[in-house]
Amino acid sequence: MKIKSILGTLALAAMATGVQAQTTSVVVTNLTHGIYFTPLLVSAHVDEFHLFEVGSGASPELQMMAEGGDISGLAAAASAMGAVNMETMGLLAPGSSVDIEAFDTGSNGFLSITAMLLPTNDGFVGLDAWEIPTEPGSYTLYLNAYDAGTEANNELVVEGSGAPFVAGIPASPDGNGGVGGTGVTSEEVNQLIHIHRGNVGDTDPDAGNSDLDARIHRWLNPVAKVVVTVQ
Amino acid sequence: MNKTKLGSLLLPLAITALLVGCSNDNNSRSNATDNPAPAPDPVTMGFEITVTNLTHNQPLSPVAIVAHDSALHGWVVGEPSSAGLELLAEGGDNSEFRMELEDSGGFASMSAEAPLGPGASESLSLEFAEQEEVLLTIATMLVNTNDAFSGITRIDVSSLAVGDSLQRLAPIYDAGTEFNSELVGTIPGPADGGEGFNVEREDVNFVSRHPGVVSRADGYAESTLDQSHRFDQTAMLLSITRIE
Repeated sequence: MKIKSILGTLALAAMATGVQAQTTSVVVTNLTHGIYFTPLLVSAHVDEFHLFEVGSGASPELQMMAEGGDISGLAAAASAMGAVNMETMGLLAPGSSVDIEAFDTGSNGFLSITAMLLPTNDGFVGLDAWEIPTEPGSYTLYLNAYDAGTEANNELVVEGSGAPFVAGIPASPDGNGGVGGTGVTSEEVNQLIHIHRGNVGDTDPDAGNSDLDARIHRWLNPVAKVVVTVQ
Repeated sequence: MNKTKLGSLLLPLAITALLVGCSNDNNSRSNATDNPAPAPDPVTMGFEITVTNLTHNQPLSPVAIVAHDSALHGWVVGEPSSAGLELLAEGGDNSEFRMELEDSGGFASMSAEAPLGPGASESLSLEFAEQEEVLLTIATMLVNTNDAFSGITRIDVSSLAVGDSLQRLAPIYDAGTEFNSELVGTIPGPADGGEGFNVEREDVNFVSRHPGVVSRADGYAESTLDQSHRFDQTAMLLSITRIE
């Protein structure tokens, strides 16, 4: 039913424009006070594809992204489904924006975005298969922080912990991470993708449960603003 | 710039005057069509803004409302707070914030007379000569914080008809001008009675969404805040009605 109606829409759109191609621009703003985004994967894809789905288990590729910021696996999986991908370079600092211009989405009608949140164990910012409007205009979306459910949020900064199945936060880019924490938890109760409950942190840089600073490394949703402009 | 704007305003004003004349005064309608219409009186736009404090224990400093066009904004995420916004967000004094916007071309501004307590509502109104483009910026400090403010900048009410209203939930921002230390002596609200505005900028120096307060109840022993001062992403319900 759903697929049929989409095919109909696609056919109509193709007739209207002759060649099926749509150019958009995407501006992503990190709204947080002290959380960095790893390089973003911005993917335009077909309806049947998802980088992630809330309430479902993370794919191995999503786990790589959420625990270590590595988007290569997700990008390859999307490409295999005919997606058009854009990848940003470097960390997106708190308060910063990145502008992806002249993004030719081709015949792909759905937009997804992911990036790991640092410092977290397996937190990520995400947009799951948002239908790109065909009507030209600017559209504003606000994105939440999710927990991939693949790693216990121990909040310990451990070098090399970006690899799957190595517990810890690979880096605290702002330099405000501490050491000597005993670990907030060793359990991941909900192992499906869910809304991140936030970092706990503490205010002791050399001890306590967490290596994170409770005054700096927390957030409240939403964590990102996305403005999509359809030409 | 102002001249062209005024020129383009005259036509809609004349049309509005005719429409008002027709609908409000049937007796004089025939006269109005027979005689040339007199120059229209300036039309006033009026908005009533009802503000509800949705926090648990964060009194809101006197709410500021400014009307302006799309060239202005109260703040931008990622950019430094203006001096006026810093004063508002650290100390609850909105006078400089309003003046900055008025001096840059804002049409009108007003301030509530007193702080607004948790759970309380108040209705504020703002009137000014009709403008083609009307955006509202509304801001207030969460007084039991270092530099949190709630508000929305650039609410476009240009196309709101008289009697129509819209509602918005206002998020909570961090002015980025004072570190969220929560320490005794750094918070002006009743939780502490400490310092409000301090000209020194000792935090990230850009506006962001607020990360929330930690409080003693969450393991930060030195915090002057308790569990009651915690909040989530929203502090105010705004209901905006065009009244004239």
